[in-house]
Amino acid sequence: MKKTVKRDLFPGALEMMILRMLKRQPTHGYALVQQIKRTSQDLLVIEEGSLYPALQRLLKEEFVKAEWDISPANRRVRIYKLTAAGAKHLEREVSTFERMLEGITRVLAPEGS
Amino acid sequence: MNWLKQLFARRRLYRELSEEIQSHLDEKVEELVADGMPREEAMQSARREFGNVGLIEENSREVWTWPSVEEFFFDVRYGLRGMRRNPVFTTVALLTVAIGIAANAAVFTVVNSVLLKPLNYPKAEELVSLHQIAPGAEGLADFESGLLLSPSMYFTYAEHNQTFQSLGVWIPGTANVTGLAEPEQVRTVAVSDGVLQTLGVPPAVGRWFSQVDQVPNAPGSVMLSYGYWRGRFGGDRAVIGRNIMVDSQPREIVGVMPPGFRFVDSEFDLTAPLAFDRGKLILAGFGFHGIARLKPGRTIAEANADISRMLPIWMDSWSNGPGSNPHIYETWKITPTIRPLKQEVIGNVGELLWVVMGTIGVVMLIACANVTNLLMVRVEARQQELAVRTALGAGWTRIVTGLLIESVMLGLIGGVLGVGLAYAGVRFLVAIGPSNLPRLNEIAIDARTLGFTFILSLLSGLLFGLIPALKYAQPGTGSALQSAGRTISVSRERHGARNLLVVGQVAMALVLLICAGLMIRTFAALRKVDPGFAEPQHLQVMRISIPDLLITEPERVTRTQNAILDKLAATQGVKSAGFASDMPMEGFDSDWDEIFAKDKVYSGDLIAPLRLYKNISPGFLQTAGTRLVAGREMTWSEVYALRPVVMVSENLAREMWGTPSAAIGKYLREYSNMPWHEVIGVIQDVREKGLQEKAPEIVYWPPLVQNRFAPAVRTTTFVIRSERAATESFMNEVRAAVWSVNSNLPLASMRTMEEVYDKSIARISFTLVMLGIAGAMALALGIIGIYGVMSYTVSQRKREIGIRLALGAQSGNVLQMVLKQGAKLTLVGVAIGIGAAFGLTRLMTHLLFGVAAHDPLTFVAVAALLLLIALLACYIPARRAALVNPMVALRCE
Repeated sequence: MKKTVKRDLFPGALEMMILRMLKRQPTHGYALVQQIKRTSQDLLVIEEGSLYPALQRLLKEEFVKAEWDISPANRRVRIYKLTAAGAKHLEREVSTFERMLEGITRVLAPEGS
Repeated sequence: MNWLKQLFARRRLYRELSEEIQSHLDEKVEELVADGMPREEAMQSARREFGNVGLIEENSREVWTWPSVEEFFFDVRYGLRGMRRNPVFTTVALLTVAIGIAANAAVFTVVNSVLLKPLNYPKAEELVSLHQIAPGAEGLADFESGLLLSPSMYFTYAEHNQTFQSLGVWIPGTANVTGLAEPEQVRTVAVSDGVLQTLGVPPAVGRWFSQVDQVPNAPGSVMLSYGYWRGRFGGDRAVIGRNIMVDSQPREIVGVMPPGFRFVDSEFDLTAPLAFDRGKLILAGFGFHGIARLKPGRTIAEANADISRMLPIWMDSWSNGPGSNPHIYETWKITPTIRPLKQEVIGNVGELLWVVMGTIGVVMLIACANVTNLLMVRVEARQQELAVRTALGAGWTRIVTGLLIESVMLGLIGGVLGVGLAYAGVRFLVAIGPSNLPRLNEIAIDARTLGFTFILSLLSGLLFGLIPALKYAQPGTGSALQSAGRTISVSRERHGARNLLVVGQVAMALVLLICAGLMIRTFAALRKVDPGFAEPQHLQVMRISIPDLLITEPERVTRTQNAILDKLAATQGVKSAGFASDMPMEGFDSDWDEIFAKDKVYSGDLIAPLRLYKNISPGFLQTAGTRLVAGREMTWSEVYALRPVVMVSENLAREMWGTPSAAIGKYLREYSNMPWHEVIGVIQDVREKGLQEKAPEIVYWPPLVQNRFAPAVRTTTFVIRSERAATESFMNEVRAAVWSVNSNLPLASMRTMEEVYDKSIARISFTLVMLGIAGAMALALGIIGIYGVMSYTVSQRKREIGIRLALGAQSGNVLQMVLKQGAKLTLVGVAIGIGAAFGLTRLMTHLLFGVAAHDPLTFVAVAALLLLIALLACYIPARRAALVNPMVALRCE
């Protein structure tokens, strides 16, 4: 079993990942959690519940919209969809994050390299 | 309008959210079951991985709300519900808070109205009192009022100063008004030009005095106070221009001052111009209060320097008559000590009021400690509820905030009730307050008082809420759920907080009780002082004044007074009657003169020591109950024969001649060219200025003397000794007796000497009552506090005590154990309290008389008393502990 990251995510990280997943395809809450777990290859385990406050925040900012639908498993679920504003926000966030990551990586790089 | 839509859509949003979360959980369970997990286990596992559903729902909902505002209202509603559910707790806590806040608000109202609010004049901060002292003037230097201004000083200062916008002098007095109804003595203030201009309050009707009114021998003018105008003239505006008879002289009414207007601290009915005759003024005549308005930006130090600069000008410009040396006053070392007018008005009452405010504040702290205790018990009882709330997802900050909101609400509701009580409290304070308290009629609850009360309520709410909130709402109270309902022994730490509160309460109560004890000792010491008169409750006093224009000739004045005495003596129930220029402690400004003894040598360049002097009638001493120490009293025949006789006070006799008997037959006189008077009697020392002030040296002249200034004393206090004093029928007979001699003479200030006496110690009695109330409240609250904690401890330890008893402990041992614990707490509190009192009582030194601030008797007695009462309070719970039935105690688990 791989070691999982126990540390809290930084603020906004969860929202960023949700938007990224929704960019791939609209989906509902439970599926989102599974996808994030799968895609991170179980490196990230998020508390499933913490997804919902994040989704509400995105709804409020109108970065996503939600509609009730029937899932492939024949279950009534709420499908979330990325909006144009959400797509733009994701782009901004990702580029900010990449710059930050690069900075951190440089600082943490072993001496002499 | 987005937020508005949100507000309405919210209910649907929340419902959808719950549905969505449920669907998530269901899906998870289905999946786990599909993987082969039993349904029960799958459901648990799904919930575990999802996290705290309640908290997550709340966090999600919060996205759409203004969470802090809504939480706040929720907590308020919740708190109110809690209060309604616990009526006993709520009533006790609210009453404690309300009474504490009411007492504080009431006292603060007085402090604010008397000390903090600016005086009722425009730009009052510019107003100063022209106070000055003369440390070189023997005899005068001892007294608080310092050296008043003479008219020539006034003219010098008014004409040569560089630091004042305006200045003037004034003097309070009385006058007889006749021709309106019954003859009436009224309170007057005579003012020079500049006084009204300095105070700057425009008249309500008519005009101020102008310089024309200040011309000597001009037709008299007069202004009325608002109250006198309403009372005597029904507020008729046509009164301007009318004449009234003041001291038998017609004066034209030129104006009316607005309601509430006073000259510095003097109430008045009429005010008239002084109209000094410049040509006749000399250097002396130091009898006038000076006030001035500083130029903007000028300081008191600059004004003092300005006056110092003008004093030589004054001595160069005037004299005391041919042959006298005007620079003789240099030996007096006259020094200006100008002070803000407000300080002049307030006087030394500030110290008293702050002491009272401080003690009442301490009572509030004790009350807060009691409420803290109550809240701790209550929160303890709610442990389970709090644990459930935590388990259901409440963050601990949320719980702390909730508890704090509840306690602050308690504080605020208590505050609202308190303000209601404070209105009654203020009325009570004004009623029992010393009637000579400055600005008494300005005392009222205003915005600042309400603000103070609000902040006080808020702070006390936070104060008594903070300790229980922080103690009980810590993270990790989950264990409370497991031990639900079992009376586990309470941790040491929790007892620590309670014990600390008890120790603090005992200490604070002790400080207050010691202060009250010192005041009781002061009061007792004062009552023991011989005031210089006897049985004041049977002494009727009244003021009668005979103006120049009514009876011009001096001897006829004295004969009129003599005739009044005879009539009074013939009234039923009168033992004797007499009169004096004033009675001790009446508070009139005293008269001072240079007094020379024949057998002493006086250097020509020096002014002889100033002595307080009075005129007394034959029979006065016997009537007042003032002892004759040596010699004899003068007789009426000596008075009318103008025999040069005089009496002196015992301390003056001792100072001049060593013993009272040595004074008999010696001679003294006022001024250098007056006749010598033979000392025929020595009179006991009299506390002229109040019981706390030392008795001044006094010279007693006959009512009629050979003196070019004032041969007969015209304004006098009559004293009548009778068991019927103060009864309505007696006072009517007295009036009739006076009017049978001359119907134009008004009688003023009719009262018993006891009232005068009580008034002179009014401040001490007021402080005593206030500290007594504060001390009693502190004692009661402290005892309730210690009783509450001990009985709570006993109820908590019931099981432990049961085990002890079951194992063979004697009930006496248990009693002792509990008492010992109570005694330990009290002793620690007493020790701390004594230490604190040692430091704090020094602040009230000026209020004490005949007792040291560290009086060991008071300290020991109060500490012992407190200890005893505290042990009694512990005894009840201790007895209950001793009577615990071990079987019952252990079974009820």
